[in-house]
Amino acid sequence: MSKSAYATTDEKRDRNIVAELRRVTKRFGDVLAADHLDLQIREGEFLSFLGPSGCGKTTALRMLAGFEVPTEGDVLLDGEIVNRLEAHRRPVNMVFQHYALFPHLTVAQNIGYGLKQVRPRLPRSEIAEKVSKALELVRLPGFENRRIWEMSGGQQQRVALARAIINEPKMLLLDEPLAALDRKLRKEMQIELQNIQRSLGITFILVTHDQEEALSMSDRICIMRDGRIVQVGSPQDLYDRPMNRYVADFVGTSNFFDGRVTSVSGDLAEVTLDAGLTLSGRPIDKVSAGQAVSISVRPEQVHLTRTGGGEGQLPVTVHNRIFLGEHTEYLVIHETLGEFLVLAPRQSELNEGPFNTGDVLQASWDAGAALVLDRN
Amino acid sequence: MRVYATLVYLFLYIPIGVIALFSFNAGRHASQLQGFSIKWYGKALNNPFVMDALETSLIVALVSATFASVFGAMAAVALHGIKGPVRTIFDGLIYVAVMIPGIVIGIATLIGLVTLFDQLNPMIAAIWPGGFEPPKLQMGMLSLIAAHTMFLMALCIIIVRARLSGMDRSLTEASADLYATPMATFRQVTLPLIFPAIVAGFLLSFTFSFDDFIIAFFVAGSETTLPIYVFSSIRRGVTPEINAIGTMVLGVSLVLLVTAQILLRRGEKKSR
Repeated sequence: MSKSAYATTDEKRDRNIVAELRRVTKRFGDVLAADHLDLQIREGEFLSFLGPSGCGKTTALRMLAGFEVPTEGDVLLDGEIVNRLEAHRRPVNMVFQHYALFPHLTVAQNIGYGLKQVRPRLPRSEIAEKVSKALELVRLPGFENRRIWEMSGGQQQRVALARAIINEPKMLLLDEPLAALDRKLRKEMQIELQNIQRSLGITFILVTHDQEEALSMSDRICIMRDGRIVQVGSPQDLYDRPMNRYVADFVGTSNFFDGRVTSVSGDLAEVTLDAGLTLSGRPIDKVSAGQAVSISVRPEQVHLTRTGGGEGQLPVTVHNRIFLGEHTEYLVIHETLGEFLVLAPRQSELNEGPFNTGDVLQASWDAGAALVLDRN
Repeated sequence: MRVYATLVYLFLYIPIGVIALFSFNAGRHASQLQGFSIKWYGKALNNPFVMDALETSLIVALVSATFASVFGAMAAVALHGIKGPVRTIFDGLIYVAVMIPGIVIGIATLIGLVTLFDQLNPMIAAIWPGGFEPPKLQMGMLSLIAAHTMFLMALCIIIVRARLSGMDRSLTEASADLYATPMATFRQVTLPLIFPAIVAGFLLSFTFSFDDFIIAFFVAGSETTLPIYVFSSIRRGVTPEINAIGTMVLGVSLVLLVTAQILLRRGEKKSR
């Protein structure tokens, strides 16, 4: 029972498995929060659970932490079934969404809390030394005697991180740790988290609903929906080879054209769109004639030219133009396909002059760049 | 509206103000002011009956407030940990216990204890070794402490429960996540965070017990608490001495109540 459902290319695939979910199901009354989750977590990787709120990602994390007991299936840590092992006996630490720092303790007491529970007791000097090292690691040296409420949100975030990693856990679980920070701080912390993860080599498991966060930090992403795992893979895998429309929509931006498969030949499939047009594209999963699919085209894979009119080119009208520096984003309208987004490099405008609102242009893409995806 | 509000407050506070004012009256009549003096305070504090009653009141208030806050906190923590109908029923009963008028608690406790003692006393006498006088259970300080503890425990449970439900649940989870056993979590996280509420509960309980007349009147037996003493001496006319006692009780009560409020407020801010 070790069917692995993940992508083929992964440099860390040969590492040891630190944790595993085996057909794990969790029900809260009538609510199915996790539905037959199968996942292997490898030593030293940065894995994200990505999905909208209520998709079961936090439940999965809490079962790894020991706060929830699975209704069915097994949770394994280091090859042992730990379904009912209490949180305080698990070599796993968590960074909570709102940090959950102890308000009645100082920064140093918060960070040293885990070490203080160790039996036989560690000498005070050793704890103090580790605390100051941990504070240095999160770039808050000398903050030992501060009170929690004297710290800013970003600083509290760092204390929460230090409090978890000082124990050198087998896995660090992060429950939307950056959600409460403002955008700039979030960017900084993303980079810092990545650096800390690399330098310590601890397995990080991140729960987030922010695709950008997951894409930029993770070695692998586990996309969830309605309590189930939809796809697991490296960020690039998910972007280039999404299993279905849901994944393509969740990871990055894409244009979707709905239709039905008319024929499959070799690597390509012909799809007759609901709008009447016929386009061809590359199926990621197996498709068969008559299947309801969406054709997904990433905005950056659409080429705009002023002249042409050859086969496979679509006459479009520029409806809106947003200059983004190295790229320009256009909202264009095709008379049967409707509106879709195009992200063109600056060079195309430099070659052909600016594409202004109202201009009629030719849009095209490689057949291989159009993905034929199951509509679910 | 403002006029009415002012009138209501005047109606409430003028009598209290008058008592405080007349406690400093130099003359011996309660109806006319004859200069400033604190001699009545000295007189009250040197009156052996007053001091006896004060001692009884202090012992009762201290013991019942201690029991009420300790057991109340324990009950609150236990109730916080359970769910479902049991908790709902207990919560309901606790609120009822606080809202029941003192006179009902007084009568009910009196009847209940007297009936119980009537049953128990012969049994104790029967099993008591011969040659000694068997102890006799009767109304007195212990029954008063029991009645106060019971009533005040409900109050303490409510205060500590409020504090517990205002506490972020992830704090205890974080403690467990950092290897603390449930007992260690209680000692290092839960208890320090609810401690202000326990102390506030103690202070409020102390005040309520110290001020209580109705319950004490029924269940104190032959013991005289300060409110009972005041009540019985008022029948011989209001003297400035009574005013002095009243003012002292008022002062102590106010200090305790304000302290309790400050503790509750500060605790709330800290846990955010």
